Amino acid sequence: MYGNDFGEPLNAAETEDYTSAVQEYFDGLIADDQRIEPRDAMPEGYRSTLIRQIAQHAHSEIIGMQPEGNWITRAPSLRRKAILMAKVQDEAGHGLYLYSAAETLGVDRAELLDKLHNGRQKYSSIFNYPTLTWADVGAIGWLVDGAAIMNQVPLCRCSYGPYARAMIRVCKEESFHQRQGFEILWTLARGTDEQRAMAQDAADRWWWPALMMFGPPDSGEAATQGHTAQNMAWGIKRFSNDDLRQKFVDMTVPQADKLGLTLPDPDLRWNEERGHYDIGPIDWDEFWRVLKGDGPCNSQRVEHRRAAHEDGAWVREAAAAYAAKHAAGEVRGAVA
Amino acid sequence: MSTPTTTDTTLLHTAYVLGLGDDALVYSHRLGEWLTRAPQIEEDMALGNVGLDLLGQARSLLTHAGELEGRGRDEDALAYLRDERSFRNVQLVEQPRGDFADEMARMLWFASYQLALYVRLVDSADEVLAGVAGKAVKEVAYHRDHAAQWVVRLGDGTPESHERMAAALQRVAPYVAELTSDDEASVWAAERGIGVLPSSVEDEVHEYVASVLAQATLEEPEPARWHARDGRRGIHSEALGYLLAEMQHIHRSHPGAAW
Repeated sequence: MYGNDFGEPLNAAETEDYTSAVQEYFDGLIADDQRIEPRDAMPEGYRSTLIRQIAQHAHSEIIGMQPEGNWITRAPSLRRKAILMAKVQDEAGHGLYLYSAAETLGVDRAELLDKLHNGRQKYSSIFNYPTLTWADVGAIGWLVDGAAIMNQVPLCRCSYGPYARAMIRVCKEESFHQRQGFEILWTLARGTDEQRAMAQDAADRWWWPALMMFGPPDSGEAATQGHTAQNMAWGIKRFSNDDLRQKFVDMTVPQADKLGLTLPDPDLRWNEERGHYDIGPIDWDEFWRVLKGDGPCNSQRVEHRRAAHEDGAWVREAAAAYAAKHAAGEVRGAVA
Repeated sequence: MSTPTTTDTTLLHTAYVLGLGDDALVYSHRLGEWLTRAPQIEEDMALGNVGLDLLGQARSLLTHAGELEGRGRDEDALAYLRDERSFRNVQLVEQPRGDFADEMARMLWFASYQLALYVRLVDSADEVLAGVAGKAVKEVAYHRDHAAQWVVRLGDGTPESHERMAAALQRVAPYVAELTSDDEASVWAAERGIGVLPSSVEDEVHEYVASVLAQATLEEPEPARWHARDGRRGIHSEALGYLLAEMQHIHRSHPGAAW
C-alpha cells in the first residue's frame, strides 16, 4: 500500500472526487442496464459482493460433483453411467468458467479454493445432503438443477458481463441435466415396485431442501433485511428469493404429477385467487442448521475436497516447476 | 492350426472383441473413480473425458460382441451380468487407483498400446470393428498425448515428482508385458484380418514409451520378476472382484428392471 501511513489523501485519486466519479460512471451504466466489464471502475462493495457470489457459485459446482460422483461407479446401466460421467464433468467445467469469471475481479482461484477448504467461503447447502440411492441422482437433476436454473436464468442478465456470459452457457448445460434427471425418475416411476418406491423416497427427501435453495424469505417485510435490496439495485439480483421459489413450485408441481410422484407437503394446493400453488411452511431451522455446519455431509464434502487438493499438491508443484524450467528458452519439441 | 468349426469361430471372434471391450470398460471404471479427486479441476475434466471415450468404445464393442455371440446379450447384460472369470481384460486396467503418477504411467502404456492397435484395426475385415477403431484412433491419440505430457512434466518437474513418477513406472511394470501377449482369440482374429496380433505392436509401443521416458529424464524401470498374464483367459487379480461387486450391485439387485 502507498500513502496509507499518512492518513490523508496524497493525490486526487485518493479523494472523494475520485470515488464519486467512479460511482457516477458506474451508476450511469447500471441505470442504462449496461454490462459492467472487468476494465470498468466499480465500487468496492459491488466488486466484493460479486467475488463472494461468484466464488460461492463456483464452489457449489465443484462440491456438487461429489454427491453425484458418488454414483458413477454404481450407475445401473452403461448409458446412465456415460450420462452421469458427462454431467459431473460438465460441473467441473462450470466451476472453471466461474473461477475464471471471479478472477476478472482481481482474485485468483487458489485463493478462493483455500477459502472453500478452510470454511471461510460457503457453497450451496443442498450438497450437504447425501445421495443414498440411484433415484437421488434423478432427483438432483430434476429438483436441484431445476432450482439452480431458476436462480441462474436471471443471472444471464446480471450487470457484471463475465458472470452473465458464464451463466448463459451454464444454464444451457444445466437445462440438459435437469431433463436427464427427470428422465431417470420417469423411467423409475414406470419400473418395478422397488424402483417406484425408490423414486418416491428420493422426491420425499429432496423436495424441501430444493425449496430452501432459493434462500430465506426476502419479500414483504423481510425485503429490508439482508442483501436483496442492494443486489437488486446493482443489477446482480433481478427477482426476490420468494418470487423465484414460487416460480419453481409452479413449474415443478405439474411435473411431479406427470411423473406420478407425490410431493411431501400436505398443504400443497393450487390457489385460484393468486394463480399460484400454495405450499406449507418451510423448516428454516433446518436450513440454518445445515448452513452452519450441522448437515449430514458438511464435513465430509469439505474434507473430500481438501484431501484431493492436498494429494494433488505435488502434481501442481511439478507442473509449475516444469513450466518455469522450460519457459527459460529451453523449449523442447512436443512429444510426438 | 486346425480349421475351427462354426461354433469355435463364433466363440473366438466374440472373445477377441470382448477382450478389447472389457479393457475399455474396466479402465473407464477406474478413471471414473478420479472424478472429484484429481489434482486440479482441469484434470477432473481430462480424466473424465478419457473415461468417457473409453466407455463409448466399450459400449460399441460389447454391443458388437453380443451380436456376434447371438445369445441375445446386450451391452448391459455383458457388463453387469458376467462374473470375474468371464471378463477378458488385461490386468493392468483393473488395478486399484493409485496416485496421479500411477495413473499417468498406466495411461501412457495403455493408450500407447491402444493407439498402435486401433491404427491397424481401421482396416479390419470386421466392419464394425473397423468403424469403432476409426473413431477411437483420434480419441486414444489424445489420451496418449495427455499421459505423455504429464509423464514428462512429472519426470522433469520437482525431485519429489521425479521420484514418484519413477516409482509409479516400477509399480506398473509387471502389467506391461500382458498388453502385447498373444492369446488364442487374437491369433485367430489376426490370421483372418479381423484382429491385430498384440505381439506385433510390442516394439512400437515400447519405442514410444522409451521416447517419452527419455524426454522425462526417467530411466526405464527394471524388468519385473513377476508379470501379469492370462487376463484374456479370465484369470485376474483380486481387485477385479471388488470392482465388479461395486459396478454390478444395483443392476443385479433389480433383475430385469429397465433404467
